[in-house]
Amino acid sequence: MTTQTELSDRMFRRTGGVDRQQGLGAITRITKMAFRYPGRAILAMVATIAAVAMQLSIPVLLGRAVDLTQAIAAEAADPGPLITVALTLLGVSVLRGLFTLAQNYSAESVGHALARDLRGAIYDKIQRLPFSFHDRTHSGDLITVGMLDLEGVRMYFSTALVRTVLLALLIGFGAWQLISTDPLMGVLALSFVPFAAWRSSVMQLTLRRTWLVLQEKLGVLSQVMEENLAGIRVVRAFAAANHEMDKFDRASKMALDLSHERVDVRVKSTSAMTLAFFTAMGLVLLVGGRRVAAGEITVGTLAEFLTFMTILQMPVRQLGLMVNAYARASTCGARLFLLLDMPVEIDDAPDAKPLEITEGTLKLENVGFAYPGTGEQKAVAGIGFEARRGETIGIVGPPGSGKTTLMHLIPRYYDASDGAISIDGQDIREVTLSSVRQAVAVVQQDSFLFTTSIENNIAYAHPRTDARRIRGVSESAQLHDYVLGLPRQYSTIVGERGVSLSGGQRQRLSIARTLMMEPAVLIFDDSTAAIDAGTESRIRAALRKYASSRVTLIVAHRLASLMHADRIVFLENGRIVEQGNHEELLALGGRYKALHDLQMRPDGDVLDEMEDAR
Amino acid sequence: MSPTRAGEPRDPHDDGRPRLRAVVGSDRIEEEIFGRAFDGKVVRRIWAFVEPYRRQVMIAVAAVITFTLAQLTIPLLIRYAIDHGMAPDADPRILSGIVAIFAVVIAVNYVASRVQEGVTGRMAENVLFDIRRKMFAHLQRVSLSFMDKTEVGRLMSRLQGDVNSMQEFLETSVLSVGDVMLLVGIVGVMLWLDWQLALLVLAVMPILFGVRVLWIAKARAAFMAAHEANSITNGALAEAIHGVRAVQAMDRAALNAELYGELVDRNYEAHLRASRLAQIMVPIVDSLTGIAMAVVVVAGGQMVVSGRIDVGVMVAFLFYIQRFFDPIRSLTMQYSVMQRAMASGHRLTEVLDVEVSVEDAPDAVPLGPDDDGSVEFRDVTFGYNPKHPVLKDVSFKVNSGETVALVGPTGSGKSSSMALVHRFYDVQDGAVLVGGKDVRTVTQESLGRHIAMVLQEPYLFTGTVMENIRYSSHWASDEEVVEAAKAVGAHSFIEVLPQGYETMLEERGGNLSLGQRQLLSFARALVADAKILVLDEATANIDSYTEMLIQKALRRLLEGRTGLVIAHRLATIRNADRIVVLQQGRLIEEGNHDALIAKNGLYSKLYNLNYASFDDIPEELTEADREVAT
Repeated sequence: MTTQTELSDRMFRRTGGVDRQQGLGAITRITKMAFRYPGRAILAMVATIAAVAMQLSIPVLLGRAVDLTQAIAAEAADPGPLITVALTLLGVSVLRGLFTLAQNYSAESVGHALARDLRGAIYDKIQRLPFSFHDRTHSGDLITVGMLDLEGVRMYFSTALVRTVLLALLIGFGAWQLISTDPLMGVLALSFVPFAAWRSSVMQLTLRRTWLVLQEKLGVLSQVMEENLAGIRVVRAFAAANHEMDKFDRASKMALDLSHERVDVRVKSTSAMTLAFFTAMGLVLLVGGRRVAAGEITVGTLAEFLTFMTILQMPVRQLGLMVNAYARASTCGARLFLLLDMPVEIDDAPDAKPLEITEGTLKLENVGFAYPGTGEQKAVAGIGFEARRGETIGIVGPPGSGKTTLMHLIPRYYDASDGAISIDGQDIREVTLSSVRQAVAVVQQDSFLFTTSIENNIAYAHPRTDARRIRGVSESAQLHDYVLGLPRQYSTIVGERGVSLSGGQRQRLSIARTLMMEPAVLIFDDSTAAIDAGTESRIRAALRKYASSRVTLIVAHRLASLMHADRIVFLENGRIVEQGNHEELLALGGRYKALHDLQMRPDGDVLDEMEDAR
Repeated sequence: MSPTRAGEPRDPHDDGRPRLRAVVGSDRIEEEIFGRAFDGKVVRRIWAFVEPYRRQVMIAVAAVITFTLAQLTIPLLIRYAIDHGMAPDADPRILSGIVAIFAVVIAVNYVASRVQEGVTGRMAENVLFDIRRKMFAHLQRVSLSFMDKTEVGRLMSRLQGDVNSMQEFLETSVLSVGDVMLLVGIVGVMLWLDWQLALLVLAVMPILFGVRVLWIAKARAAFMAAHEANSITNGALAEAIHGVRAVQAMDRAALNAELYGELVDRNYEAHLRASRLAQIMVPIVDSLTGIAMAVVVVAGGQMVVSGRIDVGVMVAFLFYIQRFFDPIRSLTMQYSVMQRAMASGHRLTEVLDVEVSVEDAPDAVPLGPDDDGSVEFRDVTFGYNPKHPVLKDVSFKVNSGETVALVGPTGSGKSSSMALVHRFYDVQDGAVLVGGKDVRTVTQESLGRHIAMVLQEPYLFTGTVMENIRYSSHWASDEEVVEAAKAVGAHSFIEVLPQGYETMLEERGGNLSLGQRQLLSFARALVADAKILVLDEATANIDSYTEMLIQKALRRLLEGRTGLVIAHRLATIRNADRIVVLQQGRLIEEGNHDALIAKNGLYSKLYNLNYASFDDIPEELTEADREVAT
């Protein structure tokens, strides 16, 4: 378990390495997946072979054409065969084009099909992995897996596998053809291949490695810019423009230096490859020329050698791309499969049935929980209480006392490590997860809004609801009047890329969409902190009609938000230390009373008294 | 509630049941990607950034020309070698000589290609960084009202995406010079070698041009569609990741997976279509090459037979044919790059042209340590839109060392007053004086040193705790930073962080509570050690324990300084030396707590409502008094 956690922490970070074994495993798995589309995959391979055959015959035909021409000129022979060669050349060129089309298109379509399957799988997995996974995984890292790693896997079939076949055939048959014609010239013609292949691979691998570093540096730069722009008021307030420019220049220089370095790596390699190619060509010209002069070979043969070299040049220079594609697929694939193979820790038990709500009673028995990696230190422990339909329970306590943690156990965001939580006698771990989530709804302190219209956000849990109900919950959450004032009303787009709402408006929207769920257990987790007291009291009044048919739990700092509760639970260090209704707790004269006094008499002197008392 | 808009796509889930109000991801608000291919004004602006690298441009262009000439020479050398160096009776020194020239040409080619690519690549990167720096520096000076109404994401896409497409453009521009040269060169050399054969072969060129022009319009639409489908799909994934807790809490995973599946399918189709269009060019180019080769073989062969040309010329033609499709391809691509660059360039100049409304006067003097810490508003009238002033004729003075609380209902002009002290904006009428000097006559830099500011929302930067507290106060030693943290009561929680003061604050202090972030921003203001402190108290409900710490820190922060506090907490208000009550942009009451209570005006009324904070007071209770103010 721990190793799994550590592994994922390490792996999803870009800088973390992938070991050989995992890399090879990933390559094998991607290859197998590609042949899930046997028609296209095999077509790609066959078309590649045919395209190479056409490619190889072009230099031969050109050589023949040159020789024929010379022969006809010398002997004044019949020009007929020249036309045959020309037509063959044309036919072969057309076929080469068509086979290359078939090869590229089917190879790419295998990649896209693979990507389509993987996208779906990644999305589904991410949505189902529990909160604890998302707590320890950076969202940016997951996005990279779903975008860049996916791309690396998609490119594998066309750029790595098909290209390998292509190059192996082209170089293999070409070498055989040349060397069998003239061993020395054949060797000379191919002499640039090993050098160019090596240079190209080194270059691509270097570029890949530095690309990752460059992305990191550019990430720092964009962070500097983004934080500056978002915090421009702070920057102006401290007259810190110079300080910010220094930060920018430092980040910028690091990225620029690396970019220059990358340009140099690229330029050095490409020009060296070109030089090697032309050197080989010069040698072929020298040796071949001498042989032609000596009458050992024809001009056509020399032309054949030279054209073949021209044809081979590009694929060999791009060999590095192929090597890179393998490297990329192995690391990207390993990360991607690590995610896909990640066990979903909170899931339906085998044969789980949906929760059946009858009485609507929530019961916690001796509930305890420790966050992973915190050892034996429990965030909450020994919590037990029961709440019946229509009851409201207030939960209060100092920061870090475990209030939110406890609330997160009820809808199974996390599973309690000790004790049991049940609704109408059914342990929530034994019924379907989906039914628990529908029965227990939490209004979060900081809620995520989706980039879509307000009505879609409110209807998020019940997308087939009607306008009347949307309006109803919106009114209860005191949101309706605000929405009416917007230019496009309920169709206004909110969220990250839409109209930005204030903290209080977000919280009201969040309340509305939670009310829409009509849950058996409704939890407010400090969800009115940004709403002014007046609006809050109106929301409270409106919520009365909801409270009668469910259990309501309210976590709040402001006592006014929960003093009307049937019972109030005071948490400290994850344990219940006081319990009772408002009057009882005041009479008790303990921690609740102290907190109450603090909030009701916020004068300076009280602060010191409180401080001393603690 | 949401009338169906014309052209709205039909709901694919329309199955008679109520409309499905669900999408995953969102439609991106796309910007125009392609502009006119050439926009003289934009080009001139961009040229200003290239100007400093004039020498490099000249070197690069010279290298491109040299490189192209070398490329053109190679087939010619092969031709001479075949025709003059390989005849049975030829002098062997001729072949050696030609190969020696060949060696020189490839050496030149090597040097030229290194220079050309190296210089161009570096220059394009430099220009990219220069443009970005200029824009970033400009944004440090533009008016805050521009920044307020512009999304950060939008500016970021200027600083990144748009700048990148300019770089692509610059890099490919120099290379296109080479492409044009190569094309012209090949045509020229072929005509020179044999004009008749050349014309026959070149007949395929207009066909290729025509086909490509027709193709590119269609292909570009398909590529764009694929690109867009991709970003929509990726956007939906990003949303699923960021909102995963909300998705699970509301049990939407299954429906979302289904909706996402539709996006993925559409993305797949779009990519296949783009791929088909991209590949369709391959057989066309290959067929045209085939035709050209066949022409050379038949017509050229005939000419060799008739003795019109040497066989080497025929071989040279075959080599040139292999090369002349490449420049046509890159040139047609370059057209799109140019259009994209013009659209980006236009947006870049828009940012660079945003007006700087607040600037140092030419004769501005610095505020120095000898200037006192007083703040005075003299008949100030100000509005973000001058027609709707948010402050009307406001006058008050804060003496050096005094603490004044600004109170009033939402929208009364408190925050605007605070912004004016720091000269975030200029007043329309009257004057704001700091240290006895009109803020418009002093340098902004020195004004920033004279005033420390604490904003309502604590804003932290990625970096260590130490760096955050020190921020721009470079003079402060580590000890002074720790002292400040101790003074505001932040030391105890900093100490227990994993690396103490060296702990990195991730995602702007997301690993700290709101109260802790507040305390850090107090410490930051304390380190800045300014004579005046302007503070906007947080309104959010912080738990009472942290609240207590903050109140103590505030008192420490105000010790020995002038304080102008937008106060929400009664405790803060009561501790102030004086209270200024604003309503709807007018100053309606001024005095200390007891005096104002005795006066029995708005303040006393608000106070007697017995709310812990003035912001808690329901609007309807204060509304009645608005009549008084207006």
